[in-house]
Amino acid sequence: MSLATPDTGAQGRQIPDRLKSPLQRFLVSWELLLLIVAVAVFTLNSFASPYFLDPWNLSDATFNFTEKAMIAFAMGLLIISGEIDLSVASIIALASTAMGFAVQMGADTPVLVMIGLGTGLLCGAFNGFLVTGFGLPSIVVTIGTMSLFRGISYIVLGDKAYTGYPSSFAFFGQGYVWWVISFEFVLFALLAIVFAVILHKTNFGRAVYVVGNNPVGALFSGIRVPRVKFALFLITGLMSGVAAICLTSRLGATRPSIAFGWELEVVTMVVLGGVNILGGSGSIPGVVIAAFVMGMVTFGFGLLNVPGIVMSIFIGLLLIAVIALPRIAGRILARRKA
Amino acid sequence: MIRPLMKSRETILAAAILVLVLAIATRFPGFVAPSNLANVFNDTSPLIILALGQMVVILTRCIDLSVAANLALTGMVVAMLNMAMPGLPVPVILALAISLGALMGLVNGLLVWKLDIPPIVVTLGTMTIYRGIIFVISGGEWINAHEMSDAFKAFPREVVLGLPVLSWIAIAVVIGFIVLVGRTPLGRAFFAVGGNPHAAVYTGINVGLTQCAAYVISGALAGLTGYLWVARYAVAYVDIAGGFELEVVAACVIGGISIAGGIGSVGGALLGALFLGIVKNALPVINISPFWQLAISGSAIIIAVAFNATSSRAKGRVILKKAEHAA
Repeated sequence: MSLATPDTGAQGRQIPDRLKSPLQRFLVSWELLLLIVAVAVFTLNSFASPYFLDPWNLSDATFNFTEKAMIAFAMGLLIISGEIDLSVASIIALASTAMGFAVQMGADTPVLVMIGLGTGLLCGAFNGFLVTGFGLPSIVVTIGTMSLFRGISYIVLGDKAYTGYPSSFAFFGQGYVWWVISFEFVLFALLAIVFAVILHKTNFGRAVYVVGNNPVGALFSGIRVPRVKFALFLITGLMSGVAAICLTSRLGATRPSIAFGWELEVVTMVVLGGVNILGGSGSIPGVVIAAFVMGMVTFGFGLLNVPGIVMSIFIGLLLIAVIALPRIAGRILARRKA
Repeated sequence: MIRPLMKSRETILAAAILVLVLAIATRFPGFVAPSNLANVFNDTSPLIILALGQMVVILTRCIDLSVAANLALTGMVVAMLNMAMPGLPVPVILALAISLGALMGLVNGLLVWKLDIPPIVVTLGTMTIYRGIIFVISGGEWINAHEMSDAFKAFPREVVLGLPVLSWIAIAVVIGFIVLVGRTPLGRAFFAVGGNPHAAVYTGINVGLTQCAAYVISGALAGLTGYLWVARYAVAYVDIAGGFELEVVAACVIGGISIAGGIGSVGGALLGALFLGIVKNALPVINISPFWQLAISGSAIIIAVAFNATSSRAKGRVILKKAEHAA
């Protein structure tokens, strides 16, 4: 696939003598553009529907993106490193099925959480093993595991559903920490900080960028490339497990079709957040703002009674547009310079 | 050409299919009756047609995840046309379906060619857009058998020389692809672009145009299958062929078409599709719930891609050893 081979062009990159100041860089950044879009969407929504600005309503709106965003943080790191995981939604289905199965065996909340996280880790390890151990392309591997993981859920559940989760389990998806601040939103905020620190402040984060920009160069500078990639698949699996716990707790039931099509929304969120789909660049703050934008847009459409499938047209268009527009703009600018 | 390797890979797959069929036959002899095998082939025909279209796209280092949505949208459009104008002759409908499918393929191709957007992103996006458009034009309604004209429904089922038209179309597409891939400059270009895009440029091949052509072919076949599918099952709704794009990619991967581009054959795609078709049709016979099918095709993709990778890696190691000895 062309995913792993970014084409920098024949003339190479121009490196300026001095970096621009942080403020200057922020003023021309993708993140600022997103922030403006987010504010615009928020303002439009509050005009479009009189119910939008109610605090409880806004709190409900956050459920639209918190679970997807948790996966999007990990997916962002994975895409920056030049890989992709299309099986995340299926990992949710499998983890949720495993938890539902444990409930039938009489397991209580702590065990359920362990099972949810454990299934996520196992699935991530399986993906990571196939990609790094055999050197297979991650797109094909995760298209395969996407069928496999959800397929196992279908084998176990068929057309049935698991219900009867213990009432203490409901806290993860339905509980509130303080007033309108839900547990999920707090978890989302904490994870955003954790991932931002990992990506932007640690050696591991630097390694992720290096691996995405130049895997061979990374190897020669002493980075264990397969190990970094394996860790990222593991983290993505774990975050899918976390999302599975939240979603299952919120819905209170498991069907094999749970979270169907989420992989697309997660990838869209990451790309909208300014992460280069070819790897090598991107930031966590961008993904966070993108999560807000997508959550607000879909919630606003929901308040206006737009059916879900029409929203998916919008998400598809958004995915193509956010990649196409900078390219078109860049081409026009280049033509003007020449 | 790496003919011997390709041949051996296809022989292995053919042998696997044979073993599978024989294993089923030992317990259920009825499965290998010629009439049943013809049924299985007919049932697999849409998959064969789409897998061949997907093959040329994958050969050029791209992927088309929008085929199932394209199929469903074209199917819905022709079904609605048929409802509005029941007198429209089948050849006109066929031509419309193929052109509409090709048009949707062209959209994919142009986005990949002119804007350089990664193929997987383009087709993930158009996949949801095309599906969404079906909902918009149909309002979520179903179009049922009684709303379609008899001629519209009868065409793919009509039996000619012992096989339904649907099967004959699949056979025609296979022959067409053998000619296209093996005997035309465009067919060579698909391999050249996938094998080494930079070298392809120097030999005067327009890489983007070739990829776009592959998308148009894949789209046109999806459009054709869209009409055949809707007419055969005599129903059209938003979710027909949901998730079928994965089965199509699976058929290609199982058939030994390298996702990295440049390696593959018509026979491989055909056998890959037949393998999945036989598994799908055998499950109810040997009394396994159809819910197993998703997991089986997923495992088949993983095993096939791991198998392809290990066989090609062994080759690489040998070359390295030789180079070491030479030095």
